[in-house]
Amino acid sequence: MADAKRDAPVAGSGGRPLSPHLQIYRWQVPMLTSILTRITGQALMAGVLLAVWWLLAAATSDAYFATANAVATSWFGDLVFTGSLWAVWYHYLAGLRHLYYDAGKGLDIPTAEKLGWAVIIGSVVLTVITILLVQ
Amino acid sequence: MRYLTPRKRAEGRGAAHHGAEHHWAMTVSSVGLAFLVPLWLYIFGSALGGTREAVLETFARPLPAILTALVLVVGMRHFAMGATTMIEDYARGTNRKLLIIFVIALSWVIAATGLFALARMAL
Repeated sequence: MADAKRDAPVAGSGGRPLSPHLQIYRWQVPMLTSILTRITGQALMAGVLLAVWWLLAAATSDAYFATANAVATSWFGDLVFTGSLWAVWYHYLAGLRHLYYDAGKGLDIPTAEKLGWAVIIGSVVLTVITILLVQ
Repeated sequence: MRYLTPRKRAEGRGAAHHGAEHHWAMTVSSVGLAFLVPLWLYIFGSALGGTREAVLETFARPLPAILTALVLVVGMRHFAMGATTMIEDYARGTNRKLLIIFVIALSWVIAATGLFALARMAL
């Protein structure tokens, strides 16, 4: 019944099969990690904006740097930069996975599941290592 | 009987109506960033939290300055193109055009601002 419904051509699609809508899709690791790639890519702009503002302030004057540096090194700055650090490592590993997928590899379900977990766990590990390195 | 080839019928059907060159440009910039970003994170993270003198000294050196410039230009281009793909998936018509123009403009403004800051510190 469910299969018949899924395979039926959708009205207005010209008979083409369409992806099921997000709300009726069962959540799974490859799907979650794919969606997070897009979200982290966009969210990274918060860290980029703060970093570029901080660089501009450093290049401008002592007073301007004092202001930007106070924000960049406050709890808010720590939150933005730590979040961005995780986001960039996540996006990095998911991007490498994308290149691997593009080469036509790793697309079978067990491998894709493993790669998804590798991206999630790897991003946290690399975030911690980076924080320890730049202390 | 279909007179069109499967390729003819598939072409232009995606959300963006095209995309091979876009996909290749994203591939190239992602490989570039894969080399640039780890070292840049280390340099930026080490500079963050230092005095203004230390920050100016860091970004006046060739490697941090060139690396930051590359991360800004390649990274912002990668962002603009990635965000464009996202907008093409979710927005239609005039809204789509305005949003794409906005993210491309924003990414150039950020890259230009960062390059200006670098030039002032490094030169």
